[in-house]
Amino acid sequence: MAALEELEREYERAKRDKKFQARLTQLLTTYAGRPTPLFFARRLTEKLGGAKIYLKREDLLHTGAHKINNCLGQGLLVERMGKHRVIAETGAGQHGVATATVCALLGFECVVYMGTEDMRRQELNVFRMRLLGAEVRGVESGSRTLKDAINEAMRDWVTNVRTTHYLLGSVLGAHPYPTMVRDFHRVIGREARAQILKAEGKLPAAIIACVGGGSNSIGIFYDFIKDEKVRLIGVEAGGRGEKLGDHAARFRGGSPGVLQGTYSYVLQDSGGQIALTHSVSAGLDYPSIGPEHAALRDAGRAEYVPASDAEALAATTLLARTEGIIPALESAHAVAEVVKRAPRMKKSEIVIVNISGRGDKDIGIMRENLNLD
Amino acid sequence: MPLAFYKKPALVVYVTCGDPDLATTREIVLAAIEAGADVIELGVPFSDPVADGPVIQRASERALKHGTSLAQVLTLAAEVRVQAQSTGLIIFSYLNPILQMGMEKFCKVTRAAGVDGVLVTDLPVEEAGEYLRAMRKYDLAPVFLAAPTSPDGRLKRIAEASRGFVYAVSRTGVTGTRQELASDAKKLVKRLRRVTKLPIALGFGISTAEQFAEVGEFADAVVVGSAIVEHIERNRGREAAAVGEFVRTLLAGAQLSVAAR
Repeated sequence: MAALEELEREYERAKRDKKFQARLTQLLTTYAGRPTPLFFARRLTEKLGGAKIYLKREDLLHTGAHKINNCLGQGLLVERMGKHRVIAETGAGQHGVATATVCALLGFECVVYMGTEDMRRQELNVFRMRLLGAEVRGVESGSRTLKDAINEAMRDWVTNVRTTHYLLGSVLGAHPYPTMVRDFHRVIGREARAQILKAEGKLPAAIIACVGGGSNSIGIFYDFIKDEKVRLIGVEAGGRGEKLGDHAARFRGGSPGVLQGTYSYVLQDSGGQIALTHSVSAGLDYPSIGPEHAALRDAGRAEYVPASDAEALAATTLLARTEGIIPALESAHAVAEVVKRAPRMKKSEIVIVNISGRGDKDIGIMRENLNLD
Repeated sequence: MPLAFYKKPALVVYVTCGDPDLATTREIVLAAIEAGADVIELGVPFSDPVADGPVIQRASERALKHGTSLAQVLTLAAEVRVQAQSTGLIIFSYLNPILQMGMEKFCKVTRAAGVDGVLVTDLPVEEAGEYLRAMRKYDLAPVFLAAPTSPDGRLKRIAEASRGFVYAVSRTGVTGTRQELASDAKKLVKRLRRVTKLPIALGFGISTAEQFAEVGEFADAVVVGSAIVEHIERNRGREAAAVGEFVRTLLAGAQLSVAAR
């Protein structure tokens, strides 16, 4: 608790500190590559024959996903707090790579916890982290995925809390993490809003983003929440079926509960034990969801739908062949939803899809699952 | 009120219920009481025990493999109570199984089982309003964890919300045995004494008779958890006997140390 309170205090101060904000903006611009383009997907739009589709290109950021936004922000906070050791959890490895990158940039010791199942399916990212000087510790417990990596990172944190910062990678965990991580990703929606107004002179009818913990989605949603006519659509991992254990669609099969310090929707059994999950994409394979998504959903402001493994894989091929963009399997879930939705929308309507990461890390899984011969 | 420490130091024994099965847990608990344990913490297994080290993680996994539930643990508590009237009984759980049962129902069943107190590992005192109201209503003692990193103001709040005793954590980190006790422990107990008259139990990392005796010099009670669970893990088929022997060793060590002084 003491460490969370220190973090909250430091974060509140940093928010008001012009120097901190200027340094963060400078790193986001000159190091990470912001602003990211908002790209009109002409061929995809024509192929689907409905709404005009724009892609927010977070996949073009340094390290290949939106995760770097939050890592740079928290990295600068670590400097302010005078800590020198950083730990993180990672599912798909994107947050781990972004954390390892920022630790190399700012000179921190870095340990990343990763489920061994995820290490197997995202081995390229394991090597990238090691190349960047991070230690990757495999986690053998539970489903050996993101949830278990968070458990192990939390155990490390409570043990080494005096010297260590836990650089949590999603809008999860205890306060102030969900708020702070959201704030560091708000830049996605802020840019997208200005870009679409400039390009089209009007707001989109819908924003679509994938939701694991929910960091890229809350980042792009946030500045549109007040624009009530803009539909906010989060896409969860529908996995391979509707049975508990076969998916990670918290809003379809979950109920309110507490996991890892967060009260939100949780996939669990009737006795309160957390369920195993499945998704082809490691980054969406998590049994709970950021609490702000739960609030947006209960308030009716955002809607959440599942996309299956097969739909995500099909969407990957489609985007690759119509636009020359290979999305991360996480982001492919958002693309799968636009494939279903755009044809039912008017040609005058606009939809923005957040391409939160690029697919290089998933080439191995894509090769196992897509027969292109 | 059985949540009292008759010996100095008193011994609090933790077990993960359902490891290896509930019938054996019952035997283990009765053996520990027979051997001299003052308070028993009945651990409810949870799928994601973030506050626990590898030993209790493994025990939880074993217990969950055959579906041990909170409801079953409460039935076990009632059975133990019938056979041990003067031993303190505490339910030790993560929050989510309690939430799924419902806070009100949980407190009602727990009270009816004859349990004295409850410790919810992942419920900080700052978020405990509803829990504390329900605990008061059913006359159950809430026990909170105090850590060496907790500032004085927080220690005070923890002490004020606790009944029965305050559980001081010997060092930062998760449960599990350690070779040496951090100097953190003594300092924390001293700081707690300044804010409370409640007895103080010290736990996390205590596994030998020597450590038990050492802690007994500055704390009112000593909690032994992972070391007990390790004895259960290592003595398949004779778990209760092994735990009984271990508890006697711990208590004998403390008496020797008192005699030496």
